[in-house]
Amino acid sequence: MDNYLNGILVLVLVLNLLSLGTSRINTIIKAVSVQGALLGVIPFVVHQHLTLPAIIVAVMAIALKGVVIPLVMVHALREAQIKREIEPMIGLMPSIILGAVATAFSLLFASQLPLASEHVGKLLVPTAIATVFTGFIVLITRYKALTQVVGYLILENGIYIFGMLLIEAMPFIVELGVLLDLFVGIFVICIIANHINQAFSSMDTRRLVTLKE
Amino acid sequence: MEFALIATPLLLAALSALIPSNRLRPWLLPVAGVVHSVMTAFLMARPEVSAGSSWLYLDPIGRVILPLVSVLYLLCSFYAVGVLHYRHNQANRVFCVCLISFLGIMTMVLLSQHLGLMWVGIETMTLTTAPLIYFNRTPQSIEATWKYLLIGSVGIALALLGTFFLAYASLHQGIEPTLSIEGMVRNAPMLSKSWLHAAFVLLLVGYGTKMGLAPMHTWKPDAYGEAPGVVGAIFAGGVTSCAFFALLRVYHICLAAGEGAYISRLLLVVGFLSMIVAGLFMVGQRDFKRMLAYSSVEHMGILAIGLGIGGPALFGTLLHVVTNGLTKGVLFLSAGNIHRAYASKNTDQVHGAIHRLPLSGGLFLAGFLAVTGSPPFGPFVSEFSILNGAFDGGHYATGGFFLLLLLVVFIGMGATVLRVVQGRAPAAVNKSPYREGLLTTVPAVLLMMLVLALGLYIPATLTALLNDAVRFLKV
Repeated sequence: MDNYLNGILVLVLVLNLLSLGTSRINTIIKAVSVQGALLGVIPFVVHQHLTLPAIIVAVMAIALKGVVIPLVMVHALREAQIKREIEPMIGLMPSIILGAVATAFSLLFASQLPLASEHVGKLLVPTAIATVFTGFIVLITRYKALTQVVGYLILENGIYIFGMLLIEAMPFIVELGVLLDLFVGIFVICIIANHINQAFSSMDTRRLVTLKE
Repeated sequence: MEFALIATPLLLAALSALIPSNRLRPWLLPVAGVVHSVMTAFLMARPEVSAGSSWLYLDPIGRVILPLVSVLYLLCSFYAVGVLHYRHNQANRVFCVCLISFLGIMTMVLLSQHLGLMWVGIETMTLTTAPLIYFNRTPQSIEATWKYLLIGSVGIALALLGTFFLAYASLHQGIEPTLSIEGMVRNAPMLSKSWLHAAFVLLLVGYGTKMGLAPMHTWKPDAYGEAPGVVGAIFAGGVTSCAFFALLRVYHICLAAGEGAYISRLLLVVGFLSMIVAGLFMVGQRDFKRMLAYSSVEHMGILAIGLGIGGPALFGTLLHVVTNGLTKGVLFLSAGNIHRAYASKNTDQVHGAIHRLPLSGGLFLAGFLAVTGSPPFGPFVSEFSILNGAFDGGHYATGGFFLLLLLVVFIGMGATVLRVVQGRAPAAVNKSPYREGLLTTVPAVLLMMLVLALGLYIPATLTALLNDAVRFLKV
């Protein structure tokens, strides 16, 4: 079982680097949707005896993160008629290197953390930390509104991985609430991103500088 | 009862989506406000009607903040009707639906006894309030909404990670992990210290972003500056109070874990930083709505400092949540009127408000005096009580620095407020047809009377409520 889990988590890490290394927004959205769907599979791998609510939450997660949210974003992308993230703050190659360094750091850092004995030596915690870092890198270094939304999704995915350690602590209704909030949040943010596109004829957030001291 | 308190506004919100008329729809706002405050009063007076659910009930901290939010919302809802009547040509369906459902969500936050549920409530609150900032549909308001959504979402995501860390703090020690407040407080002494520390930092950053503590406050001046005045009042009095309430929950758990010293240092640093940033940006501020946003940053800083001092200052801190919330209502509602009359919020154009709009101008001035802690208004009593707590606890340097920063803020804010209020109004503004209406002035007057009343005399029931809450936090 652990082998499957680690296999999934390595894929998640690879997808992190992939989303840092592409300028096509379509590709980033696809990478993150695959990542979200993979995360939804984890509960089936970790727990042999899943309760019905846990299965519902996992299926909802796969459906929302793997299908519905990416569709919303692709729709917004088509309306805005943009394809690429041109000239990010730091280039694609440096982004990948930064992502790799963050991943290595997370592995080292996680081995120092005081973890419960059953989690020592597993990839769950380092992957969670590395994914949170990747989300932050995308959020900070990309300028297109939609790419920043993807960064937020990656960040949220990282937190979701950490949540895997605590499946017993989170009640069904709260997990559903978290997923629903994520979906509505992305929906609202995409609407605003489209309004940015209409008002400024661009999704470049560098144009949002009228409000300052 | 608790369930009805949350569900009624949500049902009314759904109903308001069905009403076709832009003129009639806003009246559902006061309906929601009246129903909510009547139910709140009933629940406060007769706690035994509680449904007995272990996830949603009113505890002593909620009993302080829920009535404040309910009263503020009630008065703001009438004001909102007045404002929307001035602009009956503008579609207000989304605005009304969001503003009404926001009341239900806010109540859910204040009633929830589970950290996960509370998180869901605060995140939903972010989503229902974002369209309110965007009401004016200008490029600036889009920018403000975007910043609010993105910064708010990231902050809230970190709070979720912090919540997970809290649960992990018990898992690590081999305790059955739970996120119910009662369970957490019970298990607190056994929690893993390092995970608890990390969790507190993340939760402080996360909920601090919603409160608008520096340096996570950057969305606040933009959002408050671009949103309609009534939304500003609800943000500065309601949303921030709820976010502070969330922080209080975490504070409660850390205190029960015996980590008071660790968290109080962090709270003092963030609190003073907020006051310093607010003071710096208020000096020479030309936009009076942004100035109010910085005043809100300052007062969130005061709350954080109050928590940081702890012990004897807790009473004053909780009282300050109430007095600050009401005073912010006065300021934003009167600022909204001034903004409408002058069609500008820049002090280069706005002068002589006291002549052009005697009532709103006067309220703005009185609100300024109140919010900066001048006697005889409510915030004076609460700030004085926090200061007293600082000196009682032997924190002389903290108290002295606090006093100094209050003075800086008074001078900085005073210059802007006086420029707005004094002088002669431009001729064009004097000829404009805008007149103060009953709906847009009476709520602000009533709020001001409450602020004044709290400064002169604190009713025994309120004192009892506050003392209960302090005792609850310390146990």
